[in-house]
Amino acid sequence: MKRFLHSPVAVALCAALLFLPLKDLKSAALLFVFILAGLYAAPRIRRIKIPPLPFKLPRTEGPLQILAVAVFALLPLAVKDYYMDVLIMFGIYAILALGLNVIVGFTGQLNLGFAAFYAIGAYTYALLNTRLGLGFWPSLPIAACFASLSGLVLGVPALRLKGDYLAIVTLGFGEIVRIVLNNWDAFTKGPNGIAGIAPPSMAGISLGKLQHYYYLVFLMLIAAVFVIRRVESSKTGRAWLAIKENEIAASTMGIDTTAYKLYAFAFGTFWAGIAGTLFAGKMQFVSPESFTFMESVLILSMVILGGIGNVYGAILGAFILVIMPELLRDAQLYRMLVLGICLVALMIFRPQGLIGAKDASAGR
Amino acid sequence: MHLLDVKGVTKHFGGIKAIEDVSFKIKQESIVSIIGPNGAGKTTLFNCLTGLTALTRGRIAFMDADISKLPAHRILEAGIARTFQNIRLFPDMSVIENVMVAQHSTIKYGFASAVFRTPGFRKSELDAGQKAFEYLELAGIGSFAEQPANSLSYGNQRRLEIARALAAGPKLILLDEPTAGMNPSETAEVMKLIREIRGLGKTVVLIEHDMKLVMGISDRIVVLDHGVKISEGPPDEVRADPMVIEAYLGREALH
Amino acid sequence: MLLQQLINGLTVGCVYAVIALGYTMVYGILEFINFAHGEIYMLGAYFGIVFLSLFTASGFAASNFPLAFALTVLFTILFCSAYGFAIEKTAYKPLRNAPRLSPLISAIGISIFLQNYVMITQGATDKVFPQRFGDASFHFMGASVTGLQLIIILASGLMMLGLHLFIKKTRTGKAMRATAQDMTMASLVGINVDRIISTTFVIGAGLAAAAGVMVAAYYGLVNYSIGYVAGIKAFTAAVLGGIGNIPGAMLGGIVLGLMESLGSAYISAEYKDVYAFIILIVILLIKPAGLLGANVEEKV
Repeated sequence: MKRFLHSPVAVALCAALLFLPLKDLKSAALLFVFILAGLYAAPRIRRIKIPPLPFKLPRTEGPLQILAVAVFALLPLAVKDYYMDVLIMFGIYAILALGLNVIVGFTGQLNLGFAAFYAIGAYTYALLNTRLGLGFWPSLPIAACFASLSGLVLGVPALRLKGDYLAIVTLGFGEIVRIVLNNWDAFTKGPNGIAGIAPPSMAGISLGKLQHYYYLVFLMLIAAVFVIRRVESSKTGRAWLAIKENEIAASTMGIDTTAYKLYAFAFGTFWAGIAGTLFAGKMQFVSPESFTFMESVLILSMVILGGIGNVYGAILGAFILVIMPELLRDAQLYRMLVLGICLVALMIFRPQGLIGAKDASAGR
Repeated sequence: MHLLDVKGVTKHFGGIKAIEDVSFKIKQESIVSIIGPNGAGKTTLFNCLTGLTALTRGRIAFMDADISKLPAHRILEAGIARTFQNIRLFPDMSVIENVMVAQHSTIKYGFASAVFRTPGFRKSELDAGQKAFEYLELAGIGSFAEQPANSLSYGNQRRLEIARALAAGPKLILLDEPTAGMNPSETAEVMKLIREIRGLGKTVVLIEHDMKLVMGISDRIVVLDHGVKISEGPPDEVRADPMVIEAYLGREALH
Repeated sequence: MLLQQLINGLTVGCVYAVIALGYTMVYGILEFINFAHGEIYMLGAYFGIVFLSLFTASGFAASNFPLAFALTVLFTILFCSAYGFAIEKTAYKPLRNAPRLSPLISAIGISIFLQNYVMITQGATDKVFPQRFGDASFHFMGASVTGLQLIIILASGLMMLGLHLFIKKTRTGKAMRATAQDMTMASLVGINVDRIISTTFVIGAGLAAAAGVMVAAYYGLVNYSIGYVAGIKAFTAAVLGGIGNIPGAMLGGIVLGLMESLGSAYISAEYKDVYAFIILIVILLIKPAGLLGANVEEKV
């Protein structure tokens, strides 16, 4: 019985049943098949990383990745505008989840204020664009670096703390950023937000059209996966993982743990800056209410749901939490309710997430 | 010249005197054992030597440089590596990755080389992997390279800790109870391994409870009791020291 | 003006202190931040409104308001304690030996669930407390204290005193302290650790529920999201005083309430919610053990 409860079938069934009261049998069945397929495919995706003997470099790109890219590249030909919009949001959230995964998943440092860095990226582009007339492309690196710098500024004092305390301080930072954005009327226009942000253009063509923007976001997502996977399978990634698995041993093995935790903070928040810029460019409007604590929790849930510490898990998590509520549109109201239950159930029955990480020991 | 010079090292935790004014010197390419009853301060001493615990007083010199204020990772770079009594592996990383982590400070390449996988990156990673594999073979666990570290048996986990410490390329290696929980034949293998390590030109300091192993392998022995050094010398001398017999062996004999 | 701010600050501070006790007791035993604790307080406020509305509708509250209010508080405490008990058993107990991240995430899940549950069932708009307390107030030295403020301060004081005596004097209280010191040892000497943990959650939830009713009456309006902010502030209070330390939580709550009240009056009211976060961050960085805690070196 206990073994059955932990089997992929049971997990998928459980998740599907949770959705059942909210929609109809058809969508629950769809969800069941989808999750089950994910669970069975996952170990095969995961295996790529383990180096065979004699030692070879782990491969970061393979046929599976190329297939995924091809599918996403062809999607705009087959999909309605409405879903294009949803897919763009999925891409932005996937980048966010990937960034947070570096901090929480690789390095094991809990962060409950990640939306703050997303906000910093979005507002940097909004302000640069509306006040200085700077375009998307020059703003993108500035916003990303500024978010990254904020990550460092928070990290320097905060990383002396561990576990729950670190979580609370990052939460506090996230709230401070949001409250400041909300109240500093002269600079951020307060709760009204900043409108009229120009969409990016390329070679003189505006990328405001959904299909174009979709390709822009997916290019960025691919870049994020590419860079993060390669950093993960270098000495930096090993150092991060070592810190997560046993900080004391890591320090006695020559890893400057403080520096590498900061590195993870700066690197993870860099992607939040990229995602923020993409978000501002898509909406052409930003306001503080897009960057609440619930947003931070949502991003964290994506990382945890897919499999903490696993790059593809973060993407799967973003996919489920962005696409699913859209497929079950009547259930919008219940989205967060179900998310809450799922987080508890996940921790109890499958703490390693749907795909499962290389390991399931975050924050040990 | 001495490789390690410990002078007046003292560590208090609040009101508890874990180590009080301990001094000793260690020669290059020797094997030194630190013995003493439980709670004598042996592991605390190791923690002080490796920068995990700040000293209350005293000075530690390694190759004539003061290392007593360095953080743990700098001490490894200076040339001291260690193992832990309560095994501290990276449990969900593979065995070979555990060893490659230890080469962190000797692998040199930047962020961009890692992202673009330059020839320099490829070479240092492959070299590190090769070297890691050699240390695993030395420790006798080469065949487990791909498995996660927590799937190893207890004895093999201890061996992996030794391989990992060796891979950091230290001049001095500190082993905290390397044979704890092992059966006699495993213990004998570890003894052989320790001699091989010395054969590589390294100096070994070990904390050990197995008196047969200690007496058989050590060049010198330092005896601690209640945080104080009560005796030091070659095995025969220490064995005959009435202080030691009373404080340690005597108590042991009562059991 | 200053005196008035001090009185207002003390009132709010007492509420923070009462909620903070729940955080601190749980942290003392399980070393875990019960993120959902603020939601219990929010539920308390809603239950208060529900029960008092029932009494009002039946005409009972009109004839004997003090008794109706007292019964409302009592029922609210009972219901919320049951929630506290159930949450611990379902969401935390199975994770007692899991990595530290797991119960925290589970708690966040519960928190999201309760918030949205209340939002869906009670609506996203503000709820009005059915009965306004009279504006009868006492004036002295240019400041005024309303009757309700006095009730809040007195009731909080009594609850804190009661808890203090309970923990110092009773058998269960002693068992709680022993469990907080060393759970393994406590279970070895025959203390039923599971029962103690449940008791802790029940008491903490009961206190938060009482705070919830009082605040609902005080402000007159409640919203499904009040638990989050109040929870964070109460947690700040617990950390400020030294988490795991019960007198510390009381002190921390009152200090935080006063600082917030003075900050709003003399610096800027718009940033009222920021003060708590800044205090929290500064305390954690400078003296993580809190005002009444001792700094202990971590043993490797």
